[in-house]
Amino acid sequence: MVAIHIVDRRLNPGSKSLENRQRFLRRAKALVQQAVKKTSHDRDIKDVLEGGVVSIPLDGMDEPRFRREGGTRDMVLPGNKKFIEGDMLPRSGGSGGKAGGAGEGDSEDAFRFVLSREEFVDLFLDDLELPDLAKRKLAEVESEGIRRAGYATSGSPANISIPRTVSRAMARRVALRRPKPEEIAALEAELLICGDEARRAELLAEIEALKAKAKRIPFIDPIDIRYRRFETTPKPIAQAVMFCLMDVSGSMTEHMKDLAKRFYTLLYVFLKRRYRHVEIVFIRHTDRAEEVDEDTFFHGPASGGTLVSSALQEMHEIVRSRFRPADWNIYAAQASDGDNSTSDGEVAGRLLTEKILPVSQFFAYLEVGQDAGLTFEMPDSSLWTLYERLRLAGAPLSMRKVCERSEIFPVFHDLFQRRVRQERAP
Amino acid sequence: MTDKRLFQGADWDFPTLQRIHDACEEIAESELGLNVYPNQIEVITAEQMLDAYCSVGMPLFYKHWSFGKHFAYQQASYRKGLMGLAYEIVINSSPCISYLMEENTATMQTLVIAHAAFGHNHFFKNNYLFKQWTDADGILDYLEFAKTYVAQCEDRHGRLAVEQTLDAAHALMSHGINRYPGKKLPDLRVEEKRAQYRRQHEESVFNDLWRTIPTGPVKSVATLSADRRRALLGLPQENILYFLEKTAPRLAPWQRELLRIVRHIAQYFYPQSQTKVMNEGTATYVHYRIMNRLHLQGRLSDGNFLEFLSSHTNVVFQPDFDSKYFSGFNPYALGFAMMQDIERIVTNPEDEDREWFPDIAGKGDTMGVLRDVWANYRDESFISQFLSPRLMRHFRMFHLHDDPAETAGIKVDAIHDERGYRRVRRALSRTYDVGFIDANIEVVDVDLAGDRHLMLRHTVLNGAQLNDTDAKRVLQHLADLWTYNVSLVEVDATGKVLKEYVANPRGLAAVA
Repeated sequence: MVAIHIVDRRLNPGSKSLENRQRFLRRAKALVQQAVKKTSHDRDIKDVLEGGVVSIPLDGMDEPRFRREGGTRDMVLPGNKKFIEGDMLPRSGGSGGKAGGAGEGDSEDAFRFVLSREEFVDLFLDDLELPDLAKRKLAEVESEGIRRAGYATSGSPANISIPRTVSRAMARRVALRRPKPEEIAALEAELLICGDEARRAELLAEIEALKAKAKRIPFIDPIDIRYRRFETTPKPIAQAVMFCLMDVSGSMTEHMKDLAKRFYTLLYVFLKRRYRHVEIVFIRHTDRAEEVDEDTFFHGPASGGTLVSSALQEMHEIVRSRFRPADWNIYAAQASDGDNSTSDGEVAGRLLTEKILPVSQFFAYLEVGQDAGLTFEMPDSSLWTLYERLRLAGAPLSMRKVCERSEIFPVFHDLFQRRVRQERAP
Repeated sequence: MTDKRLFQGADWDFPTLQRIHDACEEIAESELGLNVYPNQIEVITAEQMLDAYCSVGMPLFYKHWSFGKHFAYQQASYRKGLMGLAYEIVINSSPCISYLMEENTATMQTLVIAHAAFGHNHFFKNNYLFKQWTDADGILDYLEFAKTYVAQCEDRHGRLAVEQTLDAAHALMSHGINRYPGKKLPDLRVEEKRAQYRRQHEESVFNDLWRTIPTGPVKSVATLSADRRRALLGLPQENILYFLEKTAPRLAPWQRELLRIVRHIAQYFYPQSQTKVMNEGTATYVHYRIMNRLHLQGRLSDGNFLEFLSSHTNVVFQPDFDSKYFSGFNPYALGFAMMQDIERIVTNPEDEDREWFPDIAGKGDTMGVLRDVWANYRDESFISQFLSPRLMRHFRMFHLHDDPAETAGIKVDAIHDERGYRRVRRALSRTYDVGFIDANIEVVDVDLAGDRHLMLRHTVLNGAQLNDTDAKRVLQHLADLWTYNVSLVEVDATGKVLKEYVANPRGLAAVA
């Protein structure tokens, strides 16, 4: 008899290959990234977040070996049906001869595998980061919060946990066999009707003993008492709100809205990765602004003139009433075709620099153009001119022009590109 | 009768596994006379099985991206349902570790225990190739050492440098094998100790002063004659990794150690590639015998036995060459058929068998003969000795000779008839000969006097030259390790040069 061990390894941590997989992804990063971007082009924007199959060219990821090919080959095969010695089999048409050795080598030129959701998004948004603005510090600041942390044997009377205390007391009473009041009551009732002297003495003694025991074992003992315990914990500001402002006046075409939507989605995905909780506020405006739901935002009909200041004013109101800048990281992205009534420029500029920008982490302006248009040919619109002036005056604004879907990602990438300079600063 | 049963239905628990193992062991020892390493049976999940697949089946292995690539690939095809997982993986170590999947039914677990824990285990312990080339006691410790060492190197010298060295070593892995045994049996524990000692020694004698002391005058070139030079370098050398480890001029000590690790692991797997048919044949034969005996003893119900037969039949299925399922000979089918055929020849021979196998025909001691065969042969010699005419007829084997110069087509050189038996058998055994499978590439010379140019030669056999792209890439890796130019000539039997490759070294990542 030799010794035998049976080991249950099922509980061992799986994914031993995880690290190897990450190494592989790191190595194939450039290729995978290309593939990811290509895949995300074909996808509906909502599904961008989902992982999925990507295929990358094998080139550069191969593991070369000395392999031989060609030459005369000899092979022995099973299943002869009609051949006799000396037969010549024609080479073409994949007759029996070829089947033997053809399996060697890599006939595939692409390598397909599945990326998980996290891997996909990571690669998708790799080398992007939130712009390093002065106010970004806020994002790192932690506020104190208190949190329940079990029970303690000491504490303030206000914190006594009654359920916990009572249940402990009950357990103790049961364990120590504290006589129940009903038991005593039953014996006393018996005593009342009992005639037999001997029995009465017996009952009396018993009742006495039970009462003494009940006295010794209190209903609630100090050792039963439990207090709720609280701990203070640092609470990072892990929430962000994203304002989507869009001009929906008649001059905005479906195509322009689509561009804007794509940009918003990217921003959402990006923020989602950084913050635990992200809220979105949609504000659309013509000559007056209103907060709407997503569907109305993108598809609801609206008409009228264009007053950008109305949207900024609305955003300011919402921030003031619902999103305290101390608790929320505020991001805003505005999309417009650039039209604005000339008289509004002054008001909008003031609102932006005085009210909006000081509380926002980031404010991006995206000027969307016609489908066929060329980005560099777009004339500077009234809004663009206004923002450009503010930017040159030192306002932390980011602005880009976009005409085509394919430009969205590069523009987004460009806006959030990791800038090495700031990273180094302590 | 039911109390004799090992289990009912498909469910199993750990006591069942123990009972199954004990029942199998009893039969393996008393009836089959097997001699096995102690068994360790590990139950794992499908995901862990997938993990194991991708580090060449070993329970612990150093980290490298190529394993991740395989994992990504396997996972993708497994998820899509293109691929089933193996029922088991068994490791040539002492104790012999068999991994069983938790999804298997009780019958399958019985089959797998009989197959792996006794069949493969016996083969590992007794076959001469494994005895010669592998150190079952030391392998797990050595892998542990390798894993830690690689991790340490990454910490000290940077991940990139380690990765580049390993990439290069992997490319040359199939040329890092000693094909002729030395006097010493491999002992990986000593190997590990020596590596440790080497490191300690280096550290203890390290003195920065020595680096600045001028070295003595270079020996005059003329004193090194070509013959002496080759003798000193041990040339020609077919173990390229060994050659690099010992003589590459500018490798850091840790790089040499990495080459050594890759080389040892390649060597460890060397016997497995030469004994696929025999190994699977042995294991299949053993499980077949054990399962039948269990059934006869009433310890396996008829239903469970049918379940076994169904998967056994799937395993030993050999499609014909013109079937869409065909992908060469199934080592399980061929191996099992040959083992059964030997049993037949030994116990119940026909005249033909007496003529072909006078040594074993009618000898009567099946297990004695089989154990001897399992111990002393590898696929090539096994087939050339024991493939019987009857089996060739059974498989309807025929031999094709494909000469690209022949325009008329592929010639049927021999078939399963009186004239062809020996030729078919020889041809089949050739296809399992490692000497024919791997390209014959040797280091032939180094230009020590000149630019340290390393020269390799590929002796072309049957006109099969190297794949151009791959050869260039491998040579590039080789040049990176050698750090001077490397050339490879392909020479045919007459000495005519067919093709020449040259590779220049790239700078590897700076060694910290």
